Amino acid sequence: MEPLTSPPPIRRLNPENPEPATEVLPPARNGNGHAPQQSGFIAAKRSVGAPQFSIRRMEIDEVSVHYGAKEAVKRVSLPVRQGEVLSLIGPSGCGKTTLLRSLNRLTELTSTARLSGRILLDDVDIKLIEPTLLRRRVTMVFQQPNPFPMSVFDNIAYVLREQGSRRGRKKTLEPAVLSALDRAGLLEEVKDNLDHPALKLSGGQQQRLCIARALAAEPEVLLLDEPCSALDPKSTQVIEDLIVKLRDDVAVVIVTHNLQQAYRIADHVAFMYLGDLVEYNSATALFGSPREKRTQEYVSGAFG
Amino acid sequence: MLLLRGKDGESAVEGSATWALSDRIGLAICWALGLLFCAIAVAIVVFLFVKGISYLELSMLTTPASAGFTQAESGGFSDALFGTLIVAVMAIAVALPTGVATAIWLVEYGRPAALARITEATIEAIAGIPSIVLALFGTVIFSSTALGFLSRTSEGVVFGRSFFAASAMLSLVALPLVVASTREGLNSIPRHVREASYAVGKTKAATVRRILLPTSRPQVATGAMLGLGRIIGDTAIIVVLLGATQNFAPVEEAPFPLDYLRGAGTTLTNFVYEASPTGNLNQPEKAYAAAFVLLLMVLVLNGAVDVVHRRARKGGTWSH
Amino acid sequence: MNEEFPQEYGPKWSDQRVERMLGVLVVAVVGLLLAMIVTVFVRGWPSFSHNGIAWFGPGGAVDEQLNAIFLSGQSGAEYVYTFHGWPLIWSTILITGGAVLIALFSALFVAVFIVEFAPEWMSNVLQPVVRFLASVPSVIYGLLGVLVLVPFIGNHLISEEQKASVAGVISLTGYSLLAAILVLTLMIAPLMVSIFTDGLRSVKPGWIEGSLALGVNRWRTTWKIGVRSARPAIVAGTVLATARAIGEAVMLAMISGSVGFAPNPADGLIFIYEPSRPLAPTIVKNIDQLSSPPANATLFAIATVLLFSAALFSLTGYIARRSMRKYGTA
Repeated sequence: MEPLTSPPPIRRLNPENPEPATEVLPPARNGNGHAPQQSGFIAAKRSVGAPQFSIRRMEIDEVSVHYGAKEAVKRVSLPVRQGEVLSLIGPSGCGKTTLLRSLNRLTELTSTARLSGRILLDDVDIKLIEPTLLRRRVTMVFQQPNPFPMSVFDNIAYVLREQGSRRGRKKTLEPAVLSALDRAGLLEEVKDNLDHPALKLSGGQQQRLCIARALAAEPEVLLLDEPCSALDPKSTQVIEDLIVKLRDDVAVVIVTHNLQQAYRIADHVAFMYLGDLVEYNSATALFGSPREKRTQEYVSGAFG
Repeated sequence: MLLLRGKDGESAVEGSATWALSDRIGLAICWALGLLFCAIAVAIVVFLFVKGISYLELSMLTTPASAGFTQAESGGFSDALFGTLIVAVMAIAVALPTGVATAIWLVEYGRPAALARITEATIEAIAGIPSIVLALFGTVIFSSTALGFLSRTSEGVVFGRSFFAASAMLSLVALPLVVASTREGLNSIPRHVREASYAVGKTKAATVRRILLPTSRPQVATGAMLGLGRIIGDTAIIVVLLGATQNFAPVEEAPFPLDYLRGAGTTLTNFVYEASPTGNLNQPEKAYAAAFVLLLMVLVLNGAVDVVHRRARKGGTWSH
Repeated sequence: MNEEFPQEYGPKWSDQRVERMLGVLVVAVVGLLLAMIVTVFVRGWPSFSHNGIAWFGPGGAVDEQLNAIFLSGQSGAEYVYTFHGWPLIWSTILITGGAVLIALFSALFVAVFIVEFAPEWMSNVLQPVVRFLASVPSVIYGLLGVLVLVPFIGNHLISEEQKASVAGVISLTGYSLLAAILVLTLMIAPLMVSIFTDGLRSVKPGWIEGSLALGVNRWRTTWKIGVRSARPAIVAGTVLATARAIGEAVMLAMISGSVGFAPNPADGLIFIYEPSRPLAPTIVKNIDQLSSPPANATLFAIATVLLFSAALFSLTGYIARRSMRKYGTA
């Protein structure tokens, strides 16, 4: 592929020209899985196969976020689909976390934040949904595991209890708690003592507990903000496997600065730089043969 | 910081319309009590200041109290004012070095560990002792003949009430505050600063003296001012150990200033107590005036603590 | 070579010397406290030994008993120690308990209000005001009580017929349980608010954000996470306030009524208008009696009870805070 002489126009999603609901992706790579030499991206094996299906759940439409005078996110449009993992990548300060937080209106907690454009959840503008209700349908897991200072059981039961006037006692809530722990892959390790203080779990277990907590709310979209950056490689692997397993039940959006991780688990990748959406494509395409020069520079490690 | 009251004045747009009824009732109670508290707080402050200013005359600060039947004749409370200043200085002069030394020992030395724990418990215990009990204990100590030189003695009976006695017990009131504050200051200095000092061969004592204490000056000052606040506000110890008089009653045979310090006297708190309707004087206007002066002192001390905090923060912090 | 060099050849203030000196000081402080406890108890012992458990019980008019005790010491005849302190103890329980309960409830809501729901300008104004109120000397609260609250209660709240109904037993003048509880609440509430707000502010912001991101509303987040994490601070503040309330002598001496009378709930609502006198003010009011040995013993016995209660509360608070550490708190 010859070098680009000038950057091609950035492709934006166009309602008149909708993205096909499913894409035909090349078969999953086995073996030593080197990406084509053109992109300069050296990848390990991809953990995901092609998604079985995808349903469009959220639509980000020409969204800009301003913090006072500074524009953190500049007119980004993306789809978020259930059945696949969307990864936002980019160097620090590119706006990926801001974009993520705007999906469940956490940006509103900063008084200087202004959002323009629309974000639709199942075709309803999220500005019209009450924030607490929205955040039960779009839950978030943070970079630093933040289990509450209670027992494992209470952490998950907290979500169930506080979401309404349900005054659950242990017996009634137990099935839901166990199921959430199971989906997060933590059940085996804690089922003997659900009253164990959550803060005494290891880092990886705490993060899985946070994921279980987020799942207990039965969300439609799960947002993950660099969930593994504070964890060791083994825990990271466990959580990555978990995320891939979850994509059928919830739409997953994960922000990561770890390119290998994005390649391993994402189906679609959006590369952002200084607030702009530079490129949005399937993972294999973006890492294998990126359209934009900036993308190629980033994935080959020229900067960031 | 609590997220919803962050540094930028963050606040959620969330309205309470969708909350459950119990939540909304709770919020209503919150607002009601909050506003009530505001109203009462402001009312108290305004009332005391207005009354105080209206009754305060400069002459009250310069004339001692005297026997008289009307407000005009009975003088002012200069003795009380000086009394407050005297006990404040004397008490903090004992509490500050003792407290700082104790804090240094707790943070830098602290061996054996059992003694350290006992000392911590002791300081906390002293903080919790009612001052009336301290006062009673003071009567025992200072009435003993061994300490007769600290107060008036007549016909072999030690009177036991004097500025020395009161200040000694008042220093115990301030001690826990000085210790706590100084400990905080010393603890906030990261370990590598001490290690750097030892690495060039300085003794622990020299390190404390030349590096740690000067760095903790804001916290030590804060502790001293908090202690001063409690000292000038205490009444029980004064009533018991300084005598129920409104003037200085110096001991005749001693030289100045010991004669005053060994004698009885009064402070602003005692004056307010006596001047109130339940006291002996029953001069409410003077009581308001003296209370006002006391409040001004407290205000100044509080303000000074704030200033010290702000200046300390501006100076930058350690990189841990 | 600089002047400091000679120090390296055996400094004058060697670490051992300094450590020893500081250690002596610390031991002296501990010794002082022990001496205090022992002295107070020993001095009060005669009163306890002569009365036994009845010291704490009802029986007779406590003021008369105090008087008799005092006089017996002056006259040189056989000392009289008979003392049944129940009215004083009951008064302490009512006033301290009432004030702490009201203050705890209010201070918690006010602290949540200040930290969470008040407009920012209001919070910024309230913070220094609360700190100022917490440092106002207690005698000034007493002054306010005597000059404002007591006349109000005496003249406007208590009706003539109420006064008449108990005239045979006690006179209602406005110096009352109600006044004492209200002013004591006012006195300890700012302290509690200040400690509670500090506790609420030191909750890890990650927990708050996490709770909000799970769709839990602000009110529940503040209470279930914020207040729950601040529980040690709440316990500490309550214990501190209770200790202050029990030991408060002068302010209560001014407004509680100074009569050794046990307010009787059986009197109905009127009982909050009845005067009384808790333990600490009793010492202050009778301080001139120290020269009479039996009276001296009685007063020290009261002081022992005060000391013991303060210690008990501190211990309870300490144990409560230890048990909260199991699940981890802010």
